[in-house]
Amino acid sequence: MPDQQANPTLPKAPTGIEGFDDLTYGGLPAGRPSLICGAAGCGKTLFATTFLVNGATRFDEPGVFMSFEERADDLAANVASLGYDLDGLVAAGKLAIDHVRVERSEIEETGEYDLEGLFIRLGFAVDSIGAKRVVLDTIETLFAGFTDPSLLRAELRRLFGWIKERGLTAVITGERGEGQLTRQGLEEYVSDCVVLLDNRVEDQITTRRLRVVKYRGSSHGTNEYPFLIDHEGISVLPVTSAELDYAVPGGVLSTGIAGLDTMLGPGGFHRGSSILISGQAGTGKTMLASSLADAACRRGERCLVFAFEESGDQIIRNARSLGLDLDQHVAAGRLRFEAARPSLFGLETHLARMHRDLDQFRPQVVVIDPISALRGSASILQATLLRMIDLIKARGITAVFTTLRGDGSLMRDDDLGVSSLMDAWIKLQNLEANGERTRTLYVMKARGMSHSNQIREFLMSTGGIRLVDAYIGAAGVLTGTARLIQETQEKAVSELRLRETERSLRDVARRRSAIERQIEELRAGLDAAQDEEERLRAEDRLRAARVEAERQELTARRSAAE
Amino acid sequence: MNDITPDEHSPETDPDHDPGHYHLRLYVAGQTTKSLAAMTNLKRFCEQHLAGRYDIEVIDLMENPQLAVGDQILAIPTLVRRLPSPLKRIIGDLSNTEKVLVGLDIRPKADQS
Repeated sequence: MPDQQANPTLPKAPTGIEGFDDLTYGGLPAGRPSLICGAAGCGKTLFATTFLVNGATRFDEPGVFMSFEERADDLAANVASLGYDLDGLVAAGKLAIDHVRVERSEIEETGEYDLEGLFIRLGFAVDSIGAKRVVLDTIETLFAGFTDPSLLRAELRRLFGWIKERGLTAVITGERGEGQLTRQGLEEYVSDCVVLLDNRVEDQITTRRLRVVKYRGSSHGTNEYPFLIDHEGISVLPVTSAELDYAVPGGVLSTGIAGLDTMLGPGGFHRGSSILISGQAGTGKTMLASSLADAACRRGERCLVFAFEESGDQIIRNARSLGLDLDQHVAAGRLRFEAARPSLFGLETHLARMHRDLDQFRPQVVVIDPISALRGSASILQATLLRMIDLIKARGITAVFTTLRGDGSLMRDDDLGVSSLMDAWIKLQNLEANGERTRTLYVMKARGMSHSNQIREFLMSTGGIRLVDAYIGAAGVLTGTARLIQETQEKAVSELRLRETERSLRDVARRRSAIERQIEELRAGLDAAQDEEERLRAEDRLRAARVEAERQELTARRSAAE
Repeated sequence: MNDITPDEHSPETDPDHDPGHYHLRLYVAGQTTKSLAAMTNLKRFCEQHLAGRYDIEVIDLMENPQLAVGDQILAIPTLVRRLPSPLKRIIGDLSNTEKVLVGLDIRPKADQS
């Protein structure tokens, strides 16, 4: 066993605690003791119990729970709500529980002693079920039962050495002390792996956090990670990958709004992208997001909606006014609402819950409505959102975020925006003019696709959301009534023009027929002249013939006279 | 249980046999120096103060490890006063006679009746 440290890869014992094994790259060091420390009520015993139960049920490693505080019955009762059947595991020979009671008043010290009895009990319990895992919870109680701390320290050192020698993976819990991790400085003895649990209250909101303080011979996540304890046990929000190495899913996701799809080059958004819908109150963010959700569900995909301001029922009711029947999707199990007030939990807890819900429901589309409802300082919000987006993107899920801030910032007077984290940004704006408001929409950005740069007016009616091209002309962008007026004016102008043209045409036609008439007259004149000419020519010929005839007669007469 | 001293009275089943009777159990782990010292000290002590009204049961946990749980044994050696009740635990090699007296709550036989 002592050679293990030289091994290139340290053998690890998985805890089965969601997220923890990721952040320690496999779990606790196998065959070594690890220290789990933290203040009262931060989940040490639960962590240890989960480690044992998972070992017994999932990894075929029986375990011994040596409890210095709680009795076996209490222990079993406490974790029964998580579905852990300790009594059943004990009966099956996969778990042994030994309650060590240390009562100072019952003990009189009369000379030299050691804690061999503890070793024998532990050894016996381990041998009886062939245990690979051991939990000592909380061994520091011994310091209250015996007067000689130096002897106890020596014995604990021996105990941890013994655990290593036996190759047992052990979890030792310790209460948080002043100025050090545990009251009795156990971290000096258990030097292989130390995990710190913390339960902090900020602004009246509690957040549980976990940190791996040290892990000898192994790399590990060094940050504080939030973790959850609820009816499903412990889950640690795992390392948000610092690398941007997620696989990008192919394909295009239709928005369900015909007009919006045509504004985007490929006919929709890329799958797996994050889409921001920004706009002030009443611009239709939630309804636009609902349309997207409805479209996804109608394609047979699953959609998860995290609502921070409205309940799921309210969104369903409101969407009905657009003719969207979200109820049927909920009934079919394709749509799920997770509504919670932002102030109910800390940001970390929200994130952790989100993470768990995503893994359970495995949606293709996620709607978060709105992110501007989350409270916290700007830098924390930014970090939270970044991790939220990572969380979603790493799973190839398309995310739709709405925000109340029109400029994409998180808060007033704040230049830390979320827009740069988003792949696409639809901006909704209410334009006020001529005593009315009209909803307009435009695509601010859409990474990796050509998109329309035009402002569209959009109408919400029982027929759904419909986009209308806004009037863009010399007078600027006109929407609503102004657009209608402009359109009517244009129509009038064009009708006028049409009539003028018709009149001109008629004039031309008239002129043309006049000319044709003139041509007719001229032609008649020409015919008359020809007739005249022929008549003259004929008269001429008659006259010539007559002259000839007279001349011949004359000649004849003259010859007769001679 | 081969270390059990012959005991014809069986005080477990008949605790009222003699209210002044001491039923003692000494837990050891192997023949260590401390164990041997405790055994020697205990015998000497009992002969001095409890002559004729005691029996000693010596349990070697190396041979019977399962017995450690029942009496909540952690330290070795541990002397458990089973009778008279209440149950008392004395740890150590019993070299400090004063403390053993206090721990066992020893009273002279004359005070009993």
